[in-house]
Amino acid sequence: MNVIVCMKQVPDTSEVRIDPETNTIVREGVPSIINPFDENAIEAAVQLVEEHGGKVTVITMGPPQAEQALREALAMGADEAILLSDRALAASDTLATSYVLSCAIRRIGDYDLILCGKQAFDGDTAQVPPGIAEQLGLPQITYVIGLEVVGDKVRARRLLEGRYEVVEARMPAVLTADKHMNEPRRPGLKSVLAAKKKEIPVWDAAGCDIQVSSCGLEGSPTRVIRTFAPSHEHEGEMIEGDPRDAACQLVEKLAAAKLV
Amino acid sequence: MAIYIEEEKCTGCGLCVASCPYGAIEIVESKARFTDDCTMCGACVSACPQGAIVLEMPRKGEVDTSQYRDLWVVAETTPEGDLAGVTIELLGEGRKLADELDAQVALVLMGDEVGELAEKAGGFGADTVYLVSHPSLKQYRTGPYADVLCGLINKHKPEIVLFGATSMGRDLAPRVAARIKAGLTADCTELSVDPETRLLHQTRPAFGGNIMATILCEYTRPQMATVRPRVMDRAQWQEGREADIVEVPVDIDERSVATKIVEVIADEGAGAVNLQDAEIIVSGGRGLGAPEHFALIQELADTLGATVGASRATVDAGWIPAYHQVGQTGKTVKPKLYIACGISGAVQHLAGMSSSDCIVAINKDPDAPIFKVAHYGIVGDLFEVVPELISAINERRGQ
Repeated sequence: MNVIVCMKQVPDTSEVRIDPETNTIVREGVPSIINPFDENAIEAAVQLVEEHGGKVTVITMGPPQAEQALREALAMGADEAILLSDRALAASDTLATSYVLSCAIRRIGDYDLILCGKQAFDGDTAQVPPGIAEQLGLPQITYVIGLEVVGDKVRARRLLEGRYEVVEARMPAVLTADKHMNEPRRPGLKSVLAAKKKEIPVWDAAGCDIQVSSCGLEGSPTRVIRTFAPSHEHEGEMIEGDPRDAACQLVEKLAAAKLV
Repeated sequence: MAIYIEEEKCTGCGLCVASCPYGAIEIVESKARFTDDCTMCGACVSACPQGAIVLEMPRKGEVDTSQYRDLWVVAETTPEGDLAGVTIELLGEGRKLADELDAQVALVLMGDEVGELAEKAGGFGADTVYLVSHPSLKQYRTGPYADVLCGLINKHKPEIVLFGATSMGRDLAPRVAARIKAGLTADCTELSVDPETRLLHQTRPAFGGNIMATILCEYTRPQMATVRPRVMDRAQWQEGREADIVEVPVDIDERSVATKIVEVIADEGAGAVNLQDAEIIVSGGRGLGAPEHFALIQELADTLGATVGASRATVDAGWIPAYHQVGQTGKTVKPKLYIACGISGAVQHLAGMSSSDCIVAINKDPDAPIFKVAHYGIVGDLFEVVPELISAINERRGQ
């Protein structure tokens, strides 16, 4: 049972702020973390291999510092890690990223399942995993909260709007993990230290047969033309008075607007 | 755009024949061959164990964008078999955009025996309905839906394709986009078109709602987007308006579908909490201090006939199930009245509720950002204000 987990290092979005002068994202001092949904995917992969044997390979596409996130995944129990890093890959959108990752997965070769987090915390698009599945010609099961492997099939429970769906697919398949899937383990000091010593190979575009015209800016059909801080503000009215008084005034106003 | 078979690799096994939803492949002298019915949907490409079938889509810069016309909405249906709310919202928004482009609106309706819904779509503003009925399309599954839709897109060449940003739309759209090499923007909250360039300006929140980004797909077609439910206005019903219904015959072999739905289980708890259709929502935040204090929120909600919402902080703390969550990572809501109790108003939360018709905020911190979006604000202890509010409502009703 060989499982590949595609993961991403993301800024902790709860710490991200907009510079009101320049309307750009302030990234300074914002800590980098493993995308939280990817931690669920790593945990699920490690559990599968604990049960069925085999190995977990984690892969990420990113700048050299993304190696730190891979070390955290190794500490959680992944067996091998690969960093896909090449300047030609920078500025890839979701289509280009899924193409790049599918090329790297072909190079890894021997796998039964590919797990991803359901979406990344920074972009929230959820578009890369189905893109990988399509480019590899594999079935996909998104929003997974539980899974089991039976013979050459995987059976997964999906969390949808107001319902669960149990789906079966032949392997290999691409699955995306929801946060309700499991509780990611916190590695002990010994695992962290062992993970520090592991070799992490760095792959470039040429080594994965990636066509440079299909990745980076050139291979990305979407382009961001503008970013701005959201404005949610309304002209509001503050209601003064003690709680009883304020409550009565509010009810009058709401009743006048036929809201109560 | 081209699809071809590398004959030296083809073994004539026939798996592609079974995979083709349009019945457009035949085996002649032990080799597969496309008939004129081929829509270039690409379903056969991944079905071929030899990798003998190649679908070549034009890449960025190679697309003749002038060949693409009209705006399509991909329909979604509810478990009860009606058109989903988001589909009606997309027909409303799609109509506005299409009018600016002097284009038609088409609905792609896939399902089993859904002809009645096709007729309904006309009343909601669709000019054309591509009706694809087949037992294998009864429930949404990625494979057959993507195959059918890619075929329709490659054959008819729409300029814009919109999907709901639901579990279905967000599963299907990226699969289709990856096959036809089109640009796709996720979870849009604002759309507009430039009639000169005919480009769709797609605006969406990112970085947890902290920033908005406007995205274009300049060189690929169709321009594709998933759109967040409850953001756009629903299409108005027009009695007597009819769409052209184009029935699309398909032939799906169940054995070639890679996934099987074993079971669908209604989530009793989540099913009862329908935030997106609620007219009034009362939400609780960290100011409640402890999970048991949600009882007070529930009491106010019961008094008003409202649904209970919650901030991410309370869901993350395990005080209340995730299906109550309002915000960027929860539900986007647009009720007539939204009452926020003990919610500070992180951007994350505001992204999901700031377009509510009337917002009331109750919080003891006068500087809480929630007051900036509130139509009415009360600075005070929610444990004092909320009980008074409940009695004031009851007293008024008793009059």
